[in-house]
Amino acid sequence: MNATTPEEKLAPLFHFQGARLGHGRETVFPALDLTIRRGETVALLGPSGSGKSTLLAALRRQHESLCAWCPQEQALVPMLSVFHNIYMGGLHRFGTWRNLRALVRPTPSQRDSVAAVAEDLGLADKLFTSVDRLSGGQAQRTALGRALFTERPVLLADEPISNLDEHQGQALLGDTLRRHDSAVVAMHDRALALACFERVIGLRHGQTVLDAPSASLTLADLDTLYQP
Amino acid sequence: MSGPAPTFTTTAAGWRRASGWLGLAGLIAFACADLAITRNDPGAEMMRVGLGLLQPDFLATEGLGRALANTLAFAFQGVALGAAAGFLLALFWHRRAVRAGAASVRAIHELFWGLLLMQITGLSTLTGVLAIALPYAGIFAKVFGEFLEEADPAPAVALPDDRRRLGHFFYARLPLIWASCKAYTGYRLECALRASAILGFIGLPTLGFHLETAFREGHYGEGAALLYLLFLLILTLRFWLRPLLLPLYLLAALIWAPPVWTGSLQTLVRFVTQDLVPAPLKNGGGAGELAVWLGTLWTEQIGPGVWHTLVLGLAALLLTALLALVLFPLRSPLFGNRASRALGHFILVVLRTTPEFFLAFFFLIMLGPSMLPGILALGLHTGAIIAHLTARFSERLTLRDDSARGLNRYAFEVLPRLYPNFLAFLLYRWEIIMRETAVLGILGIHTLGFYIDSSVAEFRFDRTLVLILATVGLNLGVDAFSRWLRGRLRLSTRGQPIE
Repeated sequence: MNATTPEEKLAPLFHFQGARLGHGRETVFPALDLTIRRGETVALLGPSGSGKSTLLAALRRQHESLCAWCPQEQALVPMLSVFHNIYMGGLHRFGTWRNLRALVRPTPSQRDSVAAVAEDLGLADKLFTSVDRLSGGQAQRTALGRALFTERPVLLADEPISNLDEHQGQALLGDTLRRHDSAVVAMHDRALALACFERVIGLRHGQTVLDAPSASLTLADLDTLYQP
Repeated sequence: MSGPAPTFTTTAAGWRRASGWLGLAGLIAFACADLAITRNDPGAEMMRVGLGLLQPDFLATEGLGRALANTLAFAFQGVALGAAAGFLLALFWHRRAVRAGAASVRAIHELFWGLLLMQITGLSTLTGVLAIALPYAGIFAKVFGEFLEEADPAPAVALPDDRRRLGHFFYARLPLIWASCKAYTGYRLECALRASAILGFIGLPTLGFHLETAFREGHYGEGAALLYLLFLLILTLRFWLRPLLLPLYLLAALIWAPPVWTGSLQTLVRFVTQDLVPAPLKNGGGAGELAVWLGTLWTEQIGPGVWHTLVLGLAALLLTALLALVLFPLRSPLFGNRASRALGHFILVVLRTTPEFFLAFFFLIMLGPSMLPGILALGLHTGAIIAHLTARFSERLTLRDDSARGLNRYAFEVLPRLYPNFLAFLLYRWEIIMRETAVLGILGIHTLGFYIDSSVAEFRFDRTLVLILATVGLNLGVDAFSRWLRGRLRLSTRGQPIE
């Protein structure tokens, strides 16, 4: 979707050197060194509490305007339809009056463009149903749809397919990654991480304890991340 | 995918439909309402009022200290009596008769109680205190009763079963609701200060008495000073209202204005057994004459009064809703900056603190008599209250990091999430709007209060009683409808700040 020149591909996209990351006074990463280049697809692995969400939020802050964002708590507006929740991803692309119109009565072209996204996510028949009437998996796909409709080149997602079954999850993840030129995705499915991403970063207690091309890793290597 | 417009099966669509119908009713009310500006030069009058507000004259009112002390004394005694009675009633909240009785006494506005009581106890402290205490007992009964209902039953269930119910109550029930009761009583005292001031409009010697005189005679600077004093009382309430000092305040109030009964029992008996009895019955007529009397009263006063009250109330409800939706972002941390929020806070505080009755009076002076002053006053005051509550609720929302800004954020992220609360606040306030609408009649707007006030002036208290019962019926009807609608839309104000 987004053509990048070879120079851009090599350029560092996210860069941390001895960075302290945390929330308020609480430090999650005491001194983080990390570089992610444009064009890379990265899986973030690690036990819960290892700092995946903190790192993703910090990445987003470095390039807000480049990033499509899919946070873990989904943060949808439950009383609005799937259509409006997906459309919300693209609010920045249109004028305010057009957006307000879409809220009251979407135009055919607005409907078509959002319906196309929903179709790929298997949500076509739920397009005008509110999110509070959906299953957990359907809501998660809506959240992914919102990120897709943002139409930005870098995907930052936090466990975007945790509520989906294996096959559907893999298919949607592959499809989503193809639509972005770079991606950093927090995962808990190790096999999927090796299968779909070029690079794996393993986090533990606010440190990167693993950082390697996924081709060089085995499932057993990843298991050590989770051992007490 | 293009084709006919899609049908949304969303939760928001249900709220939108209900709002659409209410909005339509409001628009029809606006179309029926008398919105004329009858004053020749409203701009000039507004300028004079504005100048007065800018140049308050604190030394012009004679007996200002006395009026201030009376206002405080009536409010303190009224709330104390009302809270005590309401608390006792709340213990029997499961009885239908108690709920119905509480609903009826609180459906009658403080001013109407004042008009009635004055016939028995005259322009005395007792009238002022009872005019506040009676409706407040009904309100307290309801609020305390609901607190008790919602309190966790577990501690009481866990106690060994014995026959000493009172011990149960003090150990396992009361502590759970004590903090809420205290907070609510504090809030009610603020309302009582306003009510006490307003009672001056029917002649009781409180701030409102001097305020009305000053504004009617065009001494706007003097009136402004009185208004600011009321603001000062209410806004500093939280600094001087300390639980430990409460007995002291109450004692001072009792000493300053002892609520002694100075009338005679004869007056009371005559009032109840003769004055309140419909004229045809008193003169020995039967059911036929009574029916004719009621019929005439209906076509001449009750019918038009109810209609005007409904029209004004519905129009005010629409204005309230629109103003609240526009004003709440001004105070919400999700919008604007520090300066805009400070300004919003200031506007909302002024509008909330000024009693709607005063606002209506000011607009009446500037615009002349029609429904417009009433609609503006109720809309501004209630709109500010709902905006404040909605904004406070918005403080609990956490939006996602990439949330849109400005109008997009308002329309897509914030309004849908707040809408059920906003709608619940609005429907809950509707009953109060109707209560206040009726009472605006005392200022000369042709709602039910106008006919009530006239009947009192003509010493036709039998009519007064029937007209007051009509306001009770109207209030209970609106309250029932609002409750039905809230239930249907599954809206709840429980666990949220009540005001």
